[in-house]
Amino acid sequence: MKPAPFEYFDPRTVDEAVALLETHGDDAKVLAGGQSLVPMLALRVARPAVVIDVNRVAGLDGLRQDGATLSVGALVRQRALERWAPERAPLLGTAIRHVGHAAIRARGTVAGSIAHADPASELPALLLCLDGSVVARSRRGTRTIAASEFFQGPLTTALAADELVTETRWTLPPAHAGWGFREMARRQGDFALVGVAAVVTIARGVVASARVVIFGAAPTPLRARETERALTGQAATATVLADAAQRATAGLDAVSDIHAPAAYRVSVTRTLAARALADAAARARETA
Amino acid sequence: MGARYFGAAVRRREDPRFLRGEGRFVDDVTLPGLLHAACVRSPHAHARIRSIDAAPARAMPGVAAVFTHADLARWLKPLPLFGAAPPGLAAAVRFDVRQAPQLALCKDVVRHVGEIVAMVVADSRARAEDAAEAVAVEWEPLTALTDMVAAGEAGAPLLYPEWGTNVAVGFSHAIGDAERALAAADVVVEETFRIQRYVGMPLETRGVVAQWDRRDGTLTTWNSTQVSHFVQQGLVAALELPPHKIRVIAPDLGGGFGTKASGYPEDVLVPLAARALHRPVKWIEDRREHMMAAAHARHQTHTIRLGARRDGTIVGLADRIWLDLGAYNVWGIVLPYNTVAHLIGPYRIRDMTVDVKGVVTNKTPNAPYRGAGRPETVFAMDRAVDCLARRLGVDPADLRRKNYIRTDELPWDFGMPYRDGNPLVYDSGDFPAALESALAAAGYDAFRREQPALRARGLWRGIGISGYVEGTAIGPFEGAHVTVDLTGRVRVATGAVSSGQGHETSFAQVAADALGVPLDWITVVGGDTAAVPFGVGTFASRSGVTAGNSIADAARQVRAKLVAAAAALLEAAPDDVDIEDGKAFVRGAPASAVDLGAVVQASIPTFARPGVATPDFEASAYHHVPTVTYASAVHVAQVEVDPGTGAVRLLGYVVAHDCGKVINPTIVEGQVHGGVAQGVGGALFEEMVYDAEGQLLTGTLMDYLVPSATDLPRIETVHLEFPSPRNPLGMKGLGEGGAISPPAAIANAIDDALAPLGVRVTETPASPARVLALIETRRP
Repeated sequence: MKPAPFEYFDPRTVDEAVALLETHGDDAKVLAGGQSLVPMLALRVARPAVVIDVNRVAGLDGLRQDGATLSVGALVRQRALERWAPERAPLLGTAIRHVGHAAIRARGTVAGSIAHADPASELPALLLCLDGSVVARSRRGTRTIAASEFFQGPLTTALAADELVTETRWTLPPAHAGWGFREMARRQGDFALVGVAAVVTIARGVVASARVVIFGAAPTPLRARETERALTGQAATATVLADAAQRATAGLDAVSDIHAPAAYRVSVTRTLAARALADAAARARETA
Repeated sequence: MGARYFGAAVRRREDPRFLRGEGRFVDDVTLPGLLHAACVRSPHAHARIRSIDAAPARAMPGVAAVFTHADLARWLKPLPLFGAAPPGLAAAVRFDVRQAPQLALCKDVVRHVGEIVAMVVADSRARAEDAAEAVAVEWEPLTALTDMVAAGEAGAPLLYPEWGTNVAVGFSHAIGDAERALAAADVVVEETFRIQRYVGMPLETRGVVAQWDRRDGTLTTWNSTQVSHFVQQGLVAALELPPHKIRVIAPDLGGGFGTKASGYPEDVLVPLAARALHRPVKWIEDRREHMMAAAHARHQTHTIRLGARRDGTIVGLADRIWLDLGAYNVWGIVLPYNTVAHLIGPYRIRDMTVDVKGVVTNKTPNAPYRGAGRPETVFAMDRAVDCLARRLGVDPADLRRKNYIRTDELPWDFGMPYRDGNPLVYDSGDFPAALESALAAAGYDAFRREQPALRARGLWRGIGISGYVEGTAIGPFEGAHVTVDLTGRVRVATGAVSSGQGHETSFAQVAADALGVPLDWITVVGGDTAAVPFGVGTFASRSGVTAGNSIADAARQVRAKLVAAAAALLEAAPDDVDIEDGKAFVRGAPASAVDLGAVVQASIPTFARPGVATPDFEASAYHHVPTVTYASAVHVAQVEVDPGTGAVRLLGYVVAHDCGKVINPTIVEGQVHGGVAQGVGGALFEEMVYDAEGQLLTGTLMDYLVPSATDLPRIETVHLEFPSPRNPLGMKGLGEGGAISPPAAIANAIDDALAPLGVRVTETPASPARVLALIETRRP
């Protein structure tokens, strides 16, 4: 399990990195934490002609909160976000502990997981749930891609071949919002068979807003829009929550693999949506 | 001789080096001029090789050689096959056995994904892998056999057309008259159980380093094997050299579990390459190679019928058994007959009939793995017993109480042979005591009282029992050699290889007591063919009994020589001389004590005098065991099932076991824990999955799920000590036991948790998807 030969670059600035990407484009892979890329190289599943190692690029390690916006530089390790989040963003703080194991999170980057876009991984789903975006740089300029546009398929994103992710941005829910995160994986640290993340705000007993995201069940993380519609403007009763959870699989084209058939993912999506919404509603009431 | 160390929880002497990262595994062996090998493996499950073009690979940078069958044909002999029925067994059971020779480099037809068709040797592993990709093989794909039951039917496509069948091991066997007993039974349950393909998965993969010394024509090879003498014998045939010219060293091993007890192509290919190139060569199996080409295991289907009287007395048992043997049938009757010999287990059953089909398929060859047929057969039996309990409306514990063989019925003679050909007679143990102590430790009665209230609160908890009786420590012998050096310190060498079991501690305990020396005077060497001429190896829960008794025997012989020399030195009668704590002394005269080093030195001639005795302070022993000895245990698992996801959480696990006399309780508990972990893997997580074309879908440890610490409950071990009468130290084998009962105990617990639904777990692993599907069959 040794990688096929490749050419290696380790640029020191974003400008150098994007210049290399402009030159090598589709033949290149960007190496950050390497927790997905390196095994794929070793298995020769990924065979890039060029590896651009961005670990020495300056200026990509910032973790900043500005009001409700959290900006996470492309080289921020998952472990750093895990340490930052528990008090400030409990949904993120809880969910990120499901990403692999501590050793993986110590090396893996937040942006790398999002750019890798595994449909069963937590951070892409969280970015979608927290109305986030990806900042991409190329020689052509800088653009911001909304999470809702970013994830296009398994391991497929809206990123162009010459673009480098420099930052991810997250919208932190207000303090009175409730949240829920439930995941079913075969073992601690495995990719999710199904997961559900939910953020709910409740005003005077009525659901004011709801964002519910399903992951692991389909080729990309998905908003459960039927569920969100069924909640918004309704009294946050157990019946309403349970009924809304049942709608989480409306239009869901679930995937099958050796660990679970599609029917399992459909059934468990409803179960976990119900649990995540119940958690979120309970927490929202606590803090409203 | 006092038992100062035997039975004591001595700390493992090997652990400091492992904990410091100073173990010396095969990949730690580096030699000047070392070359690295990579293999070209079949991507097809079944295919004919039309042609191989290695020329482009040979021209690549750093490549020293590419070997195909055509290049090494002169030296390639069929790899060893095992598992012929010994005479006593062949006389009692009519086996229909077919085994196919396998060559280290495939000549014309590949029969599983991962079979080797060429080996590339280069100056780095990376370059060897690059060149391996450049070897062009033209394939003609053939029909793949992947379903053991279908492949065993007449008219199925044939893996070996000359056989006329895919049944590689077929036999029927009966004791008593099961059909009559079942016809007379008040209740008969019938169910089909499927035990998946799952494997040993040692943390350290396999690996071989070989060095050829052209000066004197000797080969030294380091091999991550459980059976170094066996590897040596294979090389004697392949290299056409006498054994003393071939030294096989098993260095530190990171697990074996049976996976490293087969003969493998690389055992021969790497030495052949080293000799051909006059350079040392290393091959380290990567995990992908390990998944597809190291021995697979388990994988059986049982259609079992169990009959009982209304009072719960089990009267008869009939079982149709299919085993998926993978390609070649490397292990002959071993797995099929092990399965039959352990089916009845602790139950008082006199009437049994079995019909067995071991079937070849286009999968990696199967081999014994920790339990070797026992986990599968115990699953079928103990699941059937729980089905019977439910049908009769009695508690599964009570049904076992009624049917377990009692101590006053021992020795219990089955009236059939064990796998070694000797009569299958349980020698010792107390199965009801194991049952009661396991139930007590698990709080079984309290749980039963609490269970309805838990259900009312929405907690789906269950408890499950499984017991086994295991033939352990198969013979015929193990070699041991004990030597005392100039300072009285001792080297103990044995053919038994430690793959993590702690031999350097437990065997030192045995030797220290037998010699009368401090533990830290002893160095244990295992698995070096230069250290002991004849050996067998570590597998089948055998080393404690076979090597332990040989070491005790050899150490006692050496002690007698030391006593004789000390008597000469002290001018006393040998009968009056004793040895304790490394000193020889005349009994009743402690001032006479002399260090054993002084005894040895006094025996060596000087210019001034001859020695007081011949300085021959070494001895060998090859203790022969008459047959296996029967270890036993009862396991109790407690689980909670999440009815919304099908997830099964283990809440607790108890093992009450008897392995006879215990050398070191800490090591025994470690063995039990490791075995249970692998059993939990089989119950809930692990499965080698092939698709219908014979492609392996579980090629990495992201797909093949080994349980980790967070997936395991606290394991409570209750030691019951019923010494075996079949060896001087009274021991029984222990290594495999922990892995035998977890699948049955956990599946029984899941059924128990879901009892209101009346569903049955019939297949492992009991994955969340399977468990939820069972639950949903009973949902409106």
